[in-house]
Amino acid sequence: MATATVAHHETEVHDHHDHEHHDSFITKYIFSTDHKMIAKQFLITGIFWAIIGGLLSTLFRLQLGFPEMNLEFLRPLLGGWIDEAGKLDPTFYLALVTMHGTIMVFFVLTAGLSGTFSNFLIPLQIGARDMASGFMNMLSYWFFFLSSVIMFISLFIKTGPAGGGWVVYPPLSALEQAIPGSGLGMTLWLISMTFFIVSSLLGGINYITTVINLRTKGMSFSRLPLTIWAFFLTAVIGLLSFPVLFAAALLLVFDRSFGTSFYLADIYVAGEALPNTGGSPVLFQHLFWFLGHPEVYIVLLPALGITSEVIATNSRKPIFGYKAMVISLLGITVLSFIVWAHHMFVSGMNPFLGSIFMFLTLIIAVPSAVKVFNYLTTLWRGNLIFTPAMLFSIALVSFFISGGLTGIFLGNSAIDIQLHDTYFVVAHFHLVMGSASFFGMMAGIYHWFPKMFGRMMDAKLGYIHFWLTFVGVYLVFFPMHYIGIAGFPRRYYSWTNFEFSNTYTDLNMFVHPGHGNWPGEIPTVYRWPYDYSKPGAAQDFIPQTVPLSQTPESNLPHEQELVKVELEIMKDEAEVLVANESKH
Amino acid sequence: MYGFLIGVGVVLLLSLVWMVFRIQTLVSVVKGSDKKIATGSNKVNALLFVLFLVGSGILMFWYSIKEFDNYQLPLASEHGVITDQLFWITTAVTGVVFLITHVLLFLFPYMYQYKEGRKASFYPENHKLEIIWTAVPGVVMAGLVISGWMAWSDITAPAPEKAHVVEIMGYQFAWDVRYPGKDNVLGDYDYRLINASNSHGIDFSDKNSLDDFPSPKVVIPKGEPVLFKIRARDVLHSVYAPHMRLKMDAVPGMPTRFWFVPTKTTEEMRAELKDPNFEYEIACTEICGRGHFSMKKVIEVVEPAAYQKWLAEQKSFIQQNPALAEGINPESKELAGIQLGDSNK
Repeated sequence: MATATVAHHETEVHDHHDHEHHDSFITKYIFSTDHKMIAKQFLITGIFWAIIGGLLSTLFRLQLGFPEMNLEFLRPLLGGWIDEAGKLDPTFYLALVTMHGTIMVFFVLTAGLSGTFSNFLIPLQIGARDMASGFMNMLSYWFFFLSSVIMFISLFIKTGPAGGGWVVYPPLSALEQAIPGSGLGMTLWLISMTFFIVSSLLGGINYITTVINLRTKGMSFSRLPLTIWAFFLTAVIGLLSFPVLFAAALLLVFDRSFGTSFYLADIYVAGEALPNTGGSPVLFQHLFWFLGHPEVYIVLLPALGITSEVIATNSRKPIFGYKAMVISLLGITVLSFIVWAHHMFVSGMNPFLGSIFMFLTLIIAVPSAVKVFNYLTTLWRGNLIFTPAMLFSIALVSFFISGGLTGIFLGNSAIDIQLHDTYFVVAHFHLVMGSASFFGMMAGIYHWFPKMFGRMMDAKLGYIHFWLTFVGVYLVFFPMHYIGIAGFPRRYYSWTNFEFSNTYTDLNMFVHPGHGNWPGEIPTVYRWPYDYSKPGAAQDFIPQTVPLSQTPESNLPHEQELVKVELEIMKDEAEVLVANESKH
Repeated sequence: MYGFLIGVGVVLLLSLVWMVFRIQTLVSVVKGSDKKIATGSNKVNALLFVLFLVGSGILMFWYSIKEFDNYQLPLASEHGVITDQLFWITTAVTGVVFLITHVLLFLFPYMYQYKEGRKASFYPENHKLEIIWTAVPGVVMAGLVISGWMAWSDITAPAPEKAHVVEIMGYQFAWDVRYPGKDNVLGDYDYRLINASNSHGIDFSDKNSLDDFPSPKVVIPKGEPVLFKIRARDVLHSVYAPHMRLKMDAVPGMPTRFWFVPTKTTEEMRAELKDPNFEYEIACTEICGRGHFSMKKVIEVVEPAAYQKWLAEQKSFIQQNPALAEGINPESKELAGIQLGDSNK
């Protein structure tokens, strides 16, 4: 009896767990090397951070929307940051703004978005068993986790978290005397970001290696889904720019702790002249934005990739201009590295440099415009199915247009003089980078949730979610253009001190596959990913794994040529297979 | 207690909503409509896009027109006329693109919503189209860039020699103003000289500093070029004079500058706006700490004659506080003395 049970158990294992490892709880759910589990870990951590980041923004919008309000009820949460009169502390207001920016840009839209979908989709969409290095992938998540823990702790320390803006410009971020958040809070910020950079690099190297080396048979670069192109290029941008942020942060650490003067010069603060001379705060701005600007594309490109996929699928049409889309992505990638100083037109740098960066910046509008037109043409004469993911994708295109167009104002240095650091900028990047990327993430979650978790979500709840969020985003961020044009500066605790900003405050007031992915032979790719509604085809979609030779009725003229090549390759492979089998 | 009751109420409400959805889902399973590719919701969503387009479009136009005078800042500098013009040209160009793309983006979902039996058109590429919509934005952008670049070069060109110099120094959390006096040259400064009586760190051993004088507000003449020499004492600040369309960071260790020509006196602007309390203002637009939102300085633009009169009335640092002249070399002291004598006449 006993032997029979064991034997039965063994066959069962053999049958159903072909490639599966025997995972314990810890190796399956915690220190997992399965890209799909790591993706879920990133997703859940990202959701956690999105809630925290959103909550912080609610707090400071409460201050702006209802400046007279008694915030005593927040004391259980914020303690001493609510003063005796029930008002929010102005220093803590700045800390809230800073942490909101840091959390949203890095922890939600970089780690939460790229981390989730690059991990989940790259091996599945290129036909790989897993990432090139599952171990590095695991390390990537756990460095991110460590970084998250440190950043989270910094929210609760006595002197408050970093408060010098998410861009942490020195000298403010270097001098504890200037703002209390630049003490321990800033130290934790720097440590946390260092781990974050390590995590990004480990992830990025993995994504790049995987895409280059582990594509399945037939999956040439010209057949890669646009999601993969986007993730690949995002990883390249990250790999090249994050080390520069690390360098900037390292020099800042030296200035803060070891008495160097990279960024500090001629400072008299808190009744004392500091010994530092010869440094330049503008140097930090150059280094920071050398990451900072590519960073917005790190945030945006994955969202654009996801959208391309979702729109093509739910239009039942091939994405229009696949090659143009890839070239645009490449163009954006290259240009993203040579536009950084458009954040610094009025920083005091040489105006000639300003002219150069204005030219380069406005060029980037062209590939962006091409992408928008291609999305529109993909919708044109489609057979559109409005899944929640599709709705979020269409809204993304809308935000990309709205926010992208205001970029043309800000990239023009002459116009930027007035608009720089006003709410116009806030409106611009919350639409084009914040909301667009967030909606790309939502689209991804809705689209691939069934594949990730093996369950369906209720579409109707999704519709309600979408329409409330979509209308809400426009109601929150569109009016910011008006107050921006009216000249309201950013990061202001209150506007009543100035006449020019005192008269127009009303607008602020309302304010399941197993580990290893495929059992048996890994699939071969024979065509591009977007054969939707192909003329002559019986179904409205032909998967990439269907050979061209099997669909003579729908092949296009140039594909007939490929059929011959394909048949030869298949013949060769069949011979190899036969040879291999005879060896056994 | 109320909190608890409200909590219970919210939980009940949420469970009710959940129940309704659950029932609806079960009904659709029974009806078999969950197997359909597109349910009635597809039509609703398609229609909502059109409603959103029309609704938000009306709201945007209505609000933009109604509130125009409120969000449009009065303008009082020469270069501001050009940058404002560029702003509105860019608004017109991008506005057209914004409208066309959004009309298409929200109408297509309605026009091409799922219909059973219809097949989407297989339309993967059209090189001609691609070239057109790469070239057209390219040309338009070139136009915008070149006009912007020309304006930018003029604005950032060196100031005319006769420009009136005003030094603005940012510190936590205010601005200090220094005028160069009769010689129109500011004296040297060194941050190590800063103390309670010398907040600017002026080096009084430099002859040019002897006639420098402070002022509680920035007074400048209308119609003549003014050069702001900008510096910071502790952290980054940014001089922002919204009505002058002027903004430049104040950087510790690196003096910056911005020159402009004011076109309307404070009085003229008060009359124009019918606001007897109107003042030109300077605000800070680079995050600098707790008091970032309150770094205010008033600019007073006056007629050139009134400006000369005001200049003549001002007392230099040394006249206000002779102790500052202590410890400087005799020759300079003599000069300072002469000045003291001058103004005593």
